Amino acid sequence: MDTSFSQVAWLIPLFPFVAFLLLLAFGRGQRTLGVLLGSISSFAGLVLSILVLIEHMSDGTKYYQYSFKWLDFDGLTMNAGYEVTNLTALMLVVVTLVSFLVNVYSAGYMKGDERISVFYSYVALFSFSMLGLVLADNMLTLYIFWELVGVCSFLLVGFWFSKPEAKAAAKKAFIVTRIGDAGLLLGILLLYWYMPDHALDFVHIGNVFDGQTGIIAASVTTWIAILIFVGAVGKSGQFPLHVWLPDAMEGPTPISALIHAATMVAAGVYLVARTFDIFQASQTAMDVVAYIGGFTAIFAATIGVAQNDIKRILAYSTVSQLGYMMMALGLGSMTGGIFHLFTHAFFKALLFLGAGSVIHAVHTQNIQEMGGLSAKMKITTWTFGIGTLALSGIPPFSGFWSKDMILNTALHEKPVLFAVGVAAAFFTAFYMSRLFFLVFMGKPKGEQHAHESPASMTIPLIILAVLAAASGFIQTPWNNTLGTWLTDGAEKEHGGAGIVMVISAAVGLLGLYLGWLVFVKGTIARDAISSRAPWLVRLLERKYYMDEIYEALLVRPLRGLGYLLNAIDEYIVDGLVQLVSGTAVWFGRGGTRVQNGQIQTYGVVTVLGLIVLLVALVGRRFW
Amino acid sequence: MLSSYLTMAAILFCIGLYGALVKRNAVIILLSIELMLNAVNLNLVAFSKYGVVPSLTGQMFTLFSIAVAAAEAAVGIAVLIALFRARGTVNVDEYDEMRR
Repeated sequence: MDTSFSQVAWLIPLFPFVAFLLLLAFGRGQRTLGVLLGSISSFAGLVLSILVLIEHMSDGTKYYQYSFKWLDFDGLTMNAGYEVTNLTALMLVVVTLVSFLVNVYSAGYMKGDERISVFYSYVALFSFSMLGLVLADNMLTLYIFWELVGVCSFLLVGFWFSKPEAKAAAKKAFIVTRIGDAGLLLGILLLYWYMPDHALDFVHIGNVFDGQTGIIAASVTTWIAILIFVGAVGKSGQFPLHVWLPDAMEGPTPISALIHAATMVAAGVYLVARTFDIFQASQTAMDVVAYIGGFTAIFAATIGVAQNDIKRILAYSTVSQLGYMMMALGLGSMTGGIFHLFTHAFFKALLFLGAGSVIHAVHTQNIQEMGGLSAKMKITTWTFGIGTLALSGIPPFSGFWSKDMILNTALHEKPVLFAVGVAAAFFTAFYMSRLFFLVFMGKPKGEQHAHESPASMTIPLIILAVLAAASGFIQTPWNNTLGTWLTDGAEKEHGGAGIVMVISAAVGLLGLYLGWLVFVKGTIARDAISSRAPWLVRLLERKYYMDEIYEALLVRPLRGLGYLLNAIDEYIVDGLVQLVSGTAVWFGRGGTRVQNGQIQTYGVVTVLGLIVLLVALVGRRFW
Repeated sequence: MLSSYLTMAAILFCIGLYGALVKRNAVIILLSIELMLNAVNLNLVAFSKYGVVPSLTGQMFTLFSIAVAAAEAAVGIAVLIALFRARGTVNVDEYDEMRR
């Protein structure tokens, strides 16, 4: 058998890992080493990933899996290994590509930061973990990398740890995703318990669940699927665990693009896609996924309308788009979910990097303080505009095709979710036009010395803009390339897409037009809603009071419980310990007082001891 | 008869012990120690007369121990005088060298 690139796919995560180790060892005080190592290693990974992808696109199956025995207890064997399927090959390219571009971009964006080499080492560690997650061939290995990306996210959100908000955001991100991780762990344990031979690798999982042979009871299947989905909810920022993602925007902007838009948050979607057989075996679980996804999509999109921080708008947009992906998966369209993941990775990374370029230029994140940047930042404006169009779902940009596919599936499967999806698409277009027009059009506000960003930042923008514009053509209603390739044509196709295309394009254009009317032309006053229903605007601005609700319902009681437990520890446990030690000390004190050098005292003690001895000896007789 | 001698000796011993432990004057402590010794002597004599196997050996021992006690008392007094010369007091509360 010829060696194929898939066989050496294990090298892909190793490149950034080596970069991480080198930076860890030699990075201190270096300024350019990080940029160099980060870019080279991620480029090497990118090249190899593309080779693997090309290999998988050519005819003939190039599936490759390798695993070795990792742990062997009595009757319990754990394997670790990697697996290259079409899905992983696609994800590898997405991750390495965005990672490479972000590495290059950060060379410009993080230039002035004195911990730039630490930054690059974290990014390299993240790339390693994310690629490991993608390549993992069983649930346990995946879980390890799953936690590792969580750690990297924590480190990078809190990268500017001298800012209290960044510290709080890092903690929040870690704790909230941990809730999801606990669910995932339980899901894995349940799966382990019920799987024949305790196999955890995806091939066996697929075989067991795909056949619907009833090896595992239906209720157990539902539970496993839902618990795994809980993990995905935490990682992918789905309602109700979405609260960490907007706060995570305290991290450096390239990180928001890499981790919190393109790759790590998509890991939840990827996980569901990877274990799709389990979900498909349980209609209940599928419905849960679909409705949670749909609700998140509309929920986050409406919040995005009322935010003023450029990165927070994009963060809520990410939450909303991830909701779309989940919805697609829940509706049974793995192709739709993965396709949207694929296009979203490009246009959302583009938007975040564009936002970073803007922030770099004007040193604020509040869009109300920006304006008229199009004259000064031509490349950023154009690329950001393409990203906006792609996200809003305007043909022929990539977002249109993927969104269209999801909406089309929804129309055929669950018309309610179709309506939700269309509404969310409208809000998406509206907040994106608001963002775009407020930032780039109008008059410049305040004293601004905005300037175009350096080439290291604009070139990634241009590359991503091309991808955001064109990547949608791999899957259109007439051309089911991706679907066939990804699922072996097993997935149901939905015809009659014409009406959906018209509706989704119209809704997107309507949103953009409305934004134009409000924020450029001024036909509709900006305070048209806020003057009539201030409570509504405040509700959206405060994000439906989710943080406050959590504060009141969860954080406070938990903190109270914490204080209570702390008090128990302090007064009861510590009290017991102090009682013991105090008694010893008290005896010691008494002892020193007795040992005063007076022979008479010693004599008294001796006599007392003698009396005790005598009483003991004589008294024994009486019982 | 034996028990009354023994009781007498025990009372004598306890008085001596009490004096040795409680009194502050070193001379009185020495006297109390003599009292305890004599309580023992009394026991020896009592046993030699009314014991299970009466014999004169007990009385012989008593003579010995009286002699030894006299020598011991002499040594004690000598030490006491030396202490009194050094410290200027016979109050045992102030003799606390053992603690240093």
